[in-house]
Amino acid sequence: MFLRLTDTDGLWSKLKNHVGVKVKHPVSESTRNLRARIHDPGVQKTTSVCPYCAVGCSTLVYHRDGRILDIEGNPESPINAGTLCPKGSATYGMHVSPHRWTTVKYRRPYSEEWEDLDLETAMDMIAERLKNSRDNNWQEKQEDGNPLNHCKAVASIGGAAIDNEENYLITKLFHTMGMVRVTNQARI
Amino acid sequence: MSGLGITYGRGGATSSLMDLQNSDCILIEGSNMAEAHPVGFRHPMIAKRKGAKLIHVDPRFTRTSALCDIYAPIRPGTDIAFLGGLVNYVIQNEAYFKEYVVNYTNAPTLLSEDYEDMDDTGIFVGWDEQKRTYDFNKWRYEGMPISPAVGGSQGAITGEAYSNRVGQYDGAGEFPTDPTLQHPRSVFQVLKRHFSRYTPEMVEKVCGTPKESFLEVAKTICENSNPDRTTSICYSVGWTQHSKGAQLIRTSAILQLLLGNMGRPGGGIMALRGHATIQGSTDIATLYNILPGYVAIPDANKTHNTWKEYLETETAHTGWWSNFPKYATSIMKAWYGDAATPENDFLFDKFVRINGDHSYYPTIMAMKDKEEGQGVEGAFVFGQNFAVGGPHARLARDGLRNLDYLVVLDAFDIETSGVWKLDGVDPKTVGVEVFFMPAALVAEKDGTFTQTQRMVQWHDKSVDPPDDARSDAWFVYHLGRRIKELYKDSTDPRDELIQAMTWDYGHEGDRQEPIIDNVLREINGYTVADKKPINSFVQLKEDGTTACGAWIYCGIYKDGENQAKNREFGEAPHANWGWAWPLNRRILYNRASADPSGKPWSERKKLVWWNEEEEKWNGIDVPDFEPAKNPDYRADPSAVGQAAISGNSPFIVNADGKGWLFAPGGLKDGPLPVHYEPLESPVQNLMYKQQYDPGVKKYDRPDNPYNKPMDPRYPYSITTYRLTEHHTTGAMSRWIPWLGELQPESFAEISTELAAEKGIENLDDITVITSRGKLHTRALVTDRIPVYDFDGQKLHTIGLPYHFGPNGLVTGGFVNDLMPVSLEANVSIHEAKAFTCNMEKGHL
Repeated sequence: MFLRLTDTDGLWSKLKNHVGVKVKHPVSESTRNLRARIHDPGVQKTTSVCPYCAVGCSTLVYHRDGRILDIEGNPESPINAGTLCPKGSATYGMHVSPHRWTTVKYRRPYSEEWEDLDLETAMDMIAERLKNSRDNNWQEKQEDGNPLNHCKAVASIGGAAIDNEENYLITKLFHTMGMVRVTNQARI
Repeated sequence: MSGLGITYGRGGATSSLMDLQNSDCILIEGSNMAEAHPVGFRHPMIAKRKGAKLIHVDPRFTRTSALCDIYAPIRPGTDIAFLGGLVNYVIQNEAYFKEYVVNYTNAPTLLSEDYEDMDDTGIFVGWDEQKRTYDFNKWRYEGMPISPAVGGSQGAITGEAYSNRVGQYDGAGEFPTDPTLQHPRSVFQVLKRHFSRYTPEMVEKVCGTPKESFLEVAKTICENSNPDRTTSICYSVGWTQHSKGAQLIRTSAILQLLLGNMGRPGGGIMALRGHATIQGSTDIATLYNILPGYVAIPDANKTHNTWKEYLETETAHTGWWSNFPKYATSIMKAWYGDAATPENDFLFDKFVRINGDHSYYPTIMAMKDKEEGQGVEGAFVFGQNFAVGGPHARLARDGLRNLDYLVVLDAFDIETSGVWKLDGVDPKTVGVEVFFMPAALVAEKDGTFTQTQRMVQWHDKSVDPPDDARSDAWFVYHLGRRIKELYKDSTDPRDELIQAMTWDYGHEGDRQEPIIDNVLREINGYTVADKKPINSFVQLKEDGTTACGAWIYCGIYKDGENQAKNREFGEAPHANWGWAWPLNRRILYNRASADPSGKPWSERKKLVWWNEEEEKWNGIDVPDFEPAKNPDYRADPSAVGQAAISGNSPFIVNADGKGWLFAPGGLKDGPLPVHYEPLESPVQNLMYKQQYDPGVKKYDRPDNPYNKPMDPRYPYSITTYRLTEHHTTGAMSRWIPWLGELQPESFAEISTELAAEKGIENLDDITVITSRGKLHTRALVTDRIPVYDFDGQKLHTIGLPYHFGPNGLVTGGFVNDLMPVSLEANVSIHEAKAFTCNMEKGHL
C-alpha cells in the first residue's frame, strides 16, 4: 500500500486529483528524494563471497573511504541470483558489529583479566613460544629407529572458515616445522 | 566423505547446486536444506516448479519437509536400513539401469571363494575379535593377489579426506566377470543377497517409516531414474555424524549406481557442506594425515623411510593415483625451491612423519592429559570455536585450560579464547597464557573459498580491517618470517627445512599484507625454469622441473589468469562462474552420461559425448575423462596407470575405472553397508545380533562415559541441528544484533506427546541429561517431532540446536557437552545425530 501510495502513477495521483480532496503527500519531499547510499558518488563495489555456509553465495560489497556501507547478494550469480539468507544478509552486521574485538588482548597465566598488548610484541612473543616448543619437544626417531622429524607439542586447529590460501600457508609452515597436530572442522 | 570416495574415487560432491534444477526427482535426507542451506534450496524449488518430485526423509518435520511432495519420517540413526530398503526394492523390482550397471560398475566382477555372505551375526567374514579389525583379503575379487596387512600404525585413523585414496588395490590385472550378472559370486548377486532382508516391512519396523510412505518414496525414485530421467540425492551432516557415517553415505552411493544416476545431469550426490571453505580446507588440507591434493603424509609406520620407498608405497599401479610421484615431487619443489633436488631426494629425509592418530580428538585429550612425549603445550586456533562445537566440549575446554599458551585468531570474544573464566573455574587456578589476535573478516581480505560443489570463488578485499585486525594470512606469513629469522643461523640439520622453505610471497601496504595472488599462483603450480603458471596437472613432472602446491587446483591460474575471479552467468553448467576442480569439470564422472559407445543415453540428459570425426570427447561440460580416449579402447590386463582404464570406465580414479557397488578393501567396517543401531540407542538391533558398528572407536576413560544401549536411565534420542539464523558455534552470529533478535535463545524441541507425559508446557525450563553432562534450556513443544512405536515401545526424539555458549549477545548452555567422543571407523567422525539422554522438567 505504501509503495503504491507514493508511486507517482499509482493511488497517490488518483487521490491528488480527486475533486475536493486536498491532502499533503504523506511522505516528505526530502524523504522522497532519498536514494540508497550505495548509489552515492564515490561508492565502490567489489565482488565477494558469503563467509557462512558452503553454498557460496556471491555478494557485492559497497564501500567508500575505507568504510563498508553495505553487503548485498549479487544478482548476477547463478547460485544465489541476488538472494541471501538471514546470515548472509548479516555479513555487513558482522563486519561492523560494535561487539567486535579489533585489538590484541593478552591474558597472563593465572590472571583474572584481559590486558592490551602491542601487535608486533605479541607476534614476537608467539614466535618465541612456538620455537621453544619445537626445540624442547623434538622427536627425531621412534623406537624402531624410523625417522619422525616431528613435534607433538603444538596444535593448529581450524581452517574451514578462513581462505584456501591461508590454509595453504598454515599447512606449509606447520608441516615444515614438523608439527603433526594439524586439524580443522572437516572431521567435526 | 569416504562413502563417496570408496564408491566413485573422489570424496567430493559429484554435481552442483545449479544442476539440481535438471533433476526429475530429488531425495533430501540427512539434511534440512531449506533451513540450513536456504539459498541452496532455491535450486530444488526451481526443479519442483519444472515438475520434479521432492522427497524429504528426516526425524523432524521441518520447513524442508513442508516444501517437499513427500515427507517420510525416520527414527534417528536408521538411514542405512531405509536406504538398504531402497537398494533391495530396486533390485527386487528390476528397476536398476541394467546397461549402466553392467558396464560402469563392478556388478559383474566375481569375488573370491573366501567371501561369504553375512549371516545374522552382523559381522563380515575376516573379523579378528582380538584386534577388532577385518582382514580385507577375504573381500577380494577373484584373481586379486593377497595384499599384506595395511601399514603398521596400530589404531591409526584415516581422515575424511583420505577417502580420495581408497578406491585402490594392489597390482593390475583383469579379473573374471559375468556380464549376465547371474554368477552367484558376482558382485551383483552378492549385493542382492546382502540386501534381501531390507524389506519394506523391515524398514517399517526398524525405521518407524510407514510402509506406504517408504513404498511411495521407492516408486517415485525408480520412476525418475532411467535413460530419460534422473534423480539426485542431497545430504548433509545428518548423514555424516553417525558411528557408521561413511557406510551410510555409501548406501546412497550404491543406490545411485544401480539407478544409473551418477555422472548425469540432474543426478549425482550433492554433499551440502557447512563452512565457507570446508571443501577447500580438505583439498588444501589443514589436516594431519594429508598434504594438499590428498597426497599422503609420510608415516613412520609405513614403508616410507626413504623417498624411493615413499613413492613406491603410495603410487597406484592403475587409475589416477599412478601419477603420485609427480604430485608429491611438485609439492616439495613448491615448498623448498632450489634446495630440493633429485640428488637430495627433494629433502624428504628432513620432512615430517606421522606415527599415529594426531587428529582433533586425540589432540584435545593430549592437551588435558599432557602425557610424556604426547602432551600438547601450545595451540593456534584459526576460526574454530571448539570450546562450543567440539563433541564433548567440556573435555575440550578442560584441555584448553591445561595448555601453556593459546593463540586465538577471531573477531569476537568467543568461548575458546575466554575459556579461562568459564565453567565456574577460578581464573587464579588456570595457567594458560592467551593471545587473542583480532582477525580480518571476508570483505577485508583477498582470497578464495571452495564451496560445497568444489567450486572456487575469489573474494576481493574492499577495505582495510579495523585497528590491529589482520588476516590469518598476515599472521601466518609474519609468524613464518619470524621463525625463519630465528633459525637462520642454525647449523642443526633438523632446522634445514625451515631455512629452505620458500616464503617470498611479497607484501604490500603499510600493514605489510602478504600478496595472496602469489600464494594462489604457487598452489596452481609453475614450471621451475621460467615460473610460468601451468595449465593442467598433466603437465606436472616427477623430475623436479615443476612446482605445484596442490595438484588438484592446477588450472586455477590457467593462461596466467585467475580463473576463480570468473563471473559470467552463461548457461548451465555455468562453466565461467568461478572455477571447479579438477580442471573446471562441473559434473564428476560425466563420461557416464553417455552410453558405452559414447552416445548420450538420451537427448534430454546429454552432457558429454564421443565425437567420431574429431576423435575426442565433446560436451556441455568439460569431460571428466581422457579427452581422446576412444570408447572402444580396451585396456590390456598388463597396462598400468590411465592406460589400464578402458574407454567404457567412467570412474577414472578407481583402480578399475568402475563404480564400486562392493568395496574389495578400503573401508574398515565392511565391504557393504549394514544397519547397526547408533552406539547409544534406546533399542536393540532388530536386524542383526551385532548392536552397533563393530569398527567404531571408543575412548573408555572416566571423563568420557557412554550410555549403554537400552539403558532405561537414558530413554530418549537426541538429534542436534542448525537454525537458519545462527552459524555452527555462533562465533559468526551470536555477536550480531540482527541475528540475535531473530533467534534470541537456545531451546530443545520436543513432541506434544513427550511434553504431556512429562507435564511440560511450551517454554518451560527443562534439563537434558546424559552421563557426560547436563543442559539447562527451555522446551519448544511442537507437533513436528514424530514419536515412533518400536515393538510396542514409544520412542521419543529431542531436537537440540547446538549454536550456544555463555558469551556473546545470544547465550545458552553447551549442547555438545552432552555428547561422548566416539569415532566412526573410517573418518573419525563423532555421533551427534543420534545419542541417548534423559530429560526432566525444571533446571535440576
